[in-house]
Amino acid sequence: MTISVASGKGGTGKTTVAASLAFVIPGSVYIDCDVEEPNGHLLLKPHIIKVETSYKLIPKINYEVCDFCNKCVEVCEFNALLNLKSEIYLFDQLCHSCGACTYFCPLKAITEANKEDGKIRTGKIKNNGLFFDGYLKIGEASAAPLINKVRNQYKGSRLVIIDSPPGTSCSMVEAVKDTQYCILVTESTPFGLNDLKLAINVLRQINIPFGIVINKYDESFYQLDEYIRNKNLNLLLKIPYRMDIAEIYSKGGLPAETIKEYEKMMKELLKKLMKETAGVIEYA
Amino acid sequence: MPDGNYKQIAVLSGKGGTGKTTIASALTEIAENKIVIDTDVDAANMFLVLPHYINAEYEYFGGRKAEIIFSRCSQCNLCESVCRFNAIKDYKVNRQNCEGCGFCVRVCPDDAILFYASKSGVYSECELEDHSKFYYAQLVAGEGNSGKLVTEIKKKAYEQAEKNVKWIIIDGPPGIGCPVNASLVKVDLVVIVTEPTQSGLHDLIRLLNLLKLFKIQGMVIINKFDINIHMSKNIENYIQSEGIKLLAKIPFDINFVKAIQNSKTIVEYDHAYKDIFNDIWDKIQKALLN
Repeated sequence: MTISVASGKGGTGKTTVAASLAFVIPGSVYIDCDVEEPNGHLLLKPHIIKVETSYKLIPKINYEVCDFCNKCVEVCEFNALLNLKSEIYLFDQLCHSCGACTYFCPLKAITEANKEDGKIRTGKIKNNGLFFDGYLKIGEASAAPLINKVRNQYKGSRLVIIDSPPGTSCSMVEAVKDTQYCILVTESTPFGLNDLKLAINVLRQINIPFGIVINKYDESFYQLDEYIRNKNLNLLLKIPYRMDIAEIYSKGGLPAETIKEYEKMMKELLKKLMKETAGVIEYA
Repeated sequence: MPDGNYKQIAVLSGKGGTGKTTIASALTEIAENKIVIDTDVDAANMFLVLPHYINAEYEYFGGRKAEIIFSRCSQCNLCESVCRFNAIKDYKVNRQNCEGCGFCVRVCPDDAILFYASKSGVYSECELEDHSKFYYAQLVAGEGNSGKLVTEIKKKAYEQAEKNVKWIIIDGPPGIGCPVNASLVKVDLVVIVTEPTQSGLHDLIRLLNLLKLFKIQGMVIINKFDINIHMSKNIENYIQSEGIKLLAKIPFDINFVKAIQNSKTIVEYDHAYKDIFNDIWDKIQKALLN
């Protein structure tokens, strides 16, 4: 069973909710797919047991064979190759590692080489949980391949919680696709509402059932409540704005660990999730 | 290519939700002779607080997608074997997974795969109340190519820039990946909005490393600094040790939320902030014009 936590808008509290859930479910697996800015480790403080380098494939030209026929440039849909007649220049930022240039080179002058695109870390959480995250290399543009690898680190049968990057583009899709349920974390502002609608659009397209958590809940922004009610959406939990929650978070603490009421809210959320997913989640 | 006589300022943060849009929209209230661009193309918010008319809308075709014509397909499955994105199964293309590389299209011996241009978004050219131009976009849900869309909007903005334009103010996306890299092209100064949290500092450091790589000057605003004064001090010390200037410290104030809820910028909603943002804008101008 895999549950994703996403939001559309950044900073609504995805990581706090995802990490808190992982914390109240002993033995669960937390996977931080926000590889551009991974923060889950700050809250869960895992004991890191393994760090691996992740690579993407890029073409490597054998100039002893290459006759600059231009075929590789023609088949590259991403304009990542430039024929300078004395050199085939690669803009590796633009390379999507599709392998077409290697395959179509008539002289077989292209092989593929590894280029680092980030790190993948494995760790243990003190409630017997497992922890994984990815760190995109600074300057690397495409996050989706690394997200895919980080997600696939765990292949067992434990409950998995995936912390998605913000937004509604390919990175978010890479993190939430094929998960059985998605928790959308939003906040009581027009920004939160606008981006919630965008995120719902994505989930509907890829057929992922979802429920909503309103973080920093403020009843005076009634438009959000109204939207959820009118569209018959599934409201899982409202977390009120509280200075003590903000303060614990600011220090890198996990609210579920130190605030009893927050822990209770997370357990309530878990109960609802069990119901939503027809009891597939096992919880001691 | 920007060839005008303007400077470009991008507001970024690394971490989401620190207040990029709030700060960027306040700056647009102060700055004159400007163009404003929201480059957070997959979750644009600036249009919610800046009153504007839409003058034109443009469709954006970011890439192509493959589609197998069943009647021509001899089911050799070569396409599936070469596709590295798990986008082909049972002689059908999963549009969501298709990277648009065209490998399958070229490899197909039956000429059975179409490669069609796919609409990945729309972007709008708008006019603000002071007649400045304002651009924002809407990526099609779940699309890739967000960086290319950012590049396309910026190009459009440069083309349309009139001679008197002195500033381009960019409200950027969170993170440090593709759309951020595209937002940073040709930028003169980055205003980094951070918050006094562990995550804020962690993400600030990654963003500063990116700026170092691109050799772009950054200045920091610590937003909601009084939520954790100790952490604010840590951030101040850190940026000082890196030779980065502090632009301002802004307190936590419920009026920031109220301003957004009322579809207004903070400067318009609470006039007390006018002086604060005037001061920030002065410092930005000084940093760029000296």
